[in-house]
Amino acid sequence: MNITVNGSNKVFQDIFSVTDLLKTLQLPPETVVVELNTIIIQPDSYHSAKLVEGDQVEIIRFVGGG
Amino acid sequence: MFQSPDFKQLGKQIRCATTVDVKQALSTKRPDLNDLAALISPAAEPYLQQMAARSSEITLARFGKTTQLYAPVYLSNYCTNRCVYCGFSADNLIKRKCLTLEEAEKEAMILHGRGFQHILLVSGEAENAVNVEYMEAIALRLRDKFAAVSIEIQPMSTKHYHRLFLAGITAVAVYQETYDRDLYKKVHLSGKKRDYDYRLETPARVAEAGMREVGIGALLGLGDWRAEGLAIGHHLHWLRTKFWSTAFTVSFPRMRPATGEFEPLERVSERNLSQLIFALRLFDQDVGLIVSTREEARYRDGMLGLGPTRYSAGSCTAPGGYGDSDIDVDVDAEQFSVGDHRSLDEVSTMIREKGFDPVCKDWDCGFQIADN
Amino acid sequence: MLTIAGTEFKSRLFLGTGKFSSSSVMADAIAASECQMVTVALRRVNLDNPEDDIMKALSVREYIFLPNTSGARNANEAIRLAHLARAASGSSWLKLEVTPDPRTLLPDPVETLLATEKLVKDGFIVLPYMNADPILALKLQDAGAAAVMPLGSPIGTNQGVLTDSMIAIIIEQARVPVVVDAGIGAPSHAAYAMEMGADAVLVNTAISIAGDPVAMAAAFAKAVEAGRTAFVAGMGQRSKQASASSPADGKLSSDLGFLA
Repeated sequence: MNITVNGSNKVFQDIFSVTDLLKTLQLPPETVVVELNTIIIQPDSYHSAKLVEGDQVEIIRFVGGG
Repeated sequence: MFQSPDFKQLGKQIRCATTVDVKQALSTKRPDLNDLAALISPAAEPYLQQMAARSSEITLARFGKTTQLYAPVYLSNYCTNRCVYCGFSADNLIKRKCLTLEEAEKEAMILHGRGFQHILLVSGEAENAVNVEYMEAIALRLRDKFAAVSIEIQPMSTKHYHRLFLAGITAVAVYQETYDRDLYKKVHLSGKKRDYDYRLETPARVAEAGMREVGIGALLGLGDWRAEGLAIGHHLHWLRTKFWSTAFTVSFPRMRPATGEFEPLERVSERNLSQLIFALRLFDQDVGLIVSTREEARYRDGMLGLGPTRYSAGSCTAPGGYGDSDIDVDVDAEQFSVGDHRSLDEVSTMIREKGFDPVCKDWDCGFQIADN
Repeated sequence: MLTIAGTEFKSRLFLGTGKFSSSSVMADAIAASECQMVTVALRRVNLDNPEDDIMKALSVREYIFLPNTSGARNANEAIRLAHLARAASGSSWLKLEVTPDPRTLLPDPVETLLATEKLVKDGFIVLPYMNADPILALKLQDAGAAAVMPLGSPIGTNQGVLTDSMIAIIIEQARVPVVVDAGIGAPSHAAYAMEMGADAVLVNTAISIAGDPVAMAAAFAKAVEAGRTAFVAGMGQRSKQASASSPADGKLSSDLGFLA
């Protein structure tokens, strides 16, 4: 399945939800914010947020800044 | 809404001020309300000259070598209020008169002919004589002839003020008379004016309506003048923070004993008045300070450039007072008696002789458009 | 005590978390500064090389996170980042930055005002970063900003409070706290801003790139406190003329002989 993550096109297998995607990318869910097709997904909905071919996903986190 | 601090408490605070507080207030760049209390206090009296020097310095820096001039047009002396100190009080057996629109315009144009560009339309508070329709009609007649038309009439709603603003009124003066709640009830015997809070909230309604300028003040000679000064400072400070795009002025109508007139409850001397003016100038560098023809020529000449920014001139305080004999004028129907009887020309000459520029026009009410 | 949007702050120093050599130095410097609020930025996770998570070094329980919208070039981008920030931090605090010019990173007044109006309606606690423009400060307050953050000089330049005459007006007119942000390069700059009556200062680069960031953070804490204490104590006026320290009453005077 083709999904655009943070601007780059990636191919994933056996991925059905945001939870699966974060697990595959080895990102702890509590440290990031996920935007699916420009809509923010609340952490308690990661499991129910289904991914389909062509989805645009942004995964964002806090970094140092002034 | 603005909550006026307890008046007695203000009086106490002022009288607690010491020489040290006065010196601190004189040396600080931006005096706050505590500094104002010190500057109005008896402890500051020995520093009147220093206060005058500082006040004059600020006034010069902020307003330049100018003095604005205006004249009042009394529209009506009908009044439904009974205020013990006022010549227009409903109880007084004077001849009542409300100018027709034609008469009002004629009076204004007489002043125009004498060189005035800024007039203040004044009336007693009687809704059936002077109301928003009447004022709107006058404003529309005068807006293209004068640079600024201010009003001093009964308090109105924000909506009505906005209507008058659109008709060309630039400024509204509404004086609290006294910030002492108890005394207020004692001197305002009946009528709509008896409502202290409605009057107190009026300057905010004026500003909200978009008027360019709001005038506040207290009648000196009713209550503790020092506390009135500090209350004005509180009111001004509150208005400034809430309505930052509005200009503010303060007036100091001072009652003096005169035969057949209301005997002031408190004596306020010229020194007292000057102290108040200097203190307010130090407290608020940009506030317009108005000294009317109630004060004598000698005093007004001496104060020029020391703090005041605007003088009235050539004033008559009875409706129809400027006009020809075809308007029946009752000379006893004046609101107060005038102390400086000089004409606009004479006052302008004096101002010029002192090296200042008499300014009759600093705005064109024809430019005025609503924000939204 | 400083209060912003109902939250009390014992420290009047806020720290930025950018440009530190490591997370641990940053955490130590923040601890030494005794600040209670830190700014953070939002970025995409680098999938090939996931960086250290700042949340590992700093706990949201210990510090208030003030996420910024850095990188936004217009109101819409800033609003989008704001919503992401709220989802990430779980709180509504927001330092609004709209900087269309990547070279100077100076804030856009028009877009900042538009974004403030919208974000306040969306329930954010908005602290807009702005040029030291007194009228803009008033308009941002009218729009509901919880504080205003005028810049002392362009970000990262360490030039100090070059905008002091404008900041003085902003402080005088303010109904909300004034936090001087950007350009503060030395503790003396921070002290100066506080002496003027600023409610707080935000410092980042001057601490993060110092030889010893932890010691520098402590120095800033002292400077901010000293400046605040001086302001509260009431400073004497500056004057071009010399004035004797001993009184000479009656010298400075206007002629009041006309008084009755």
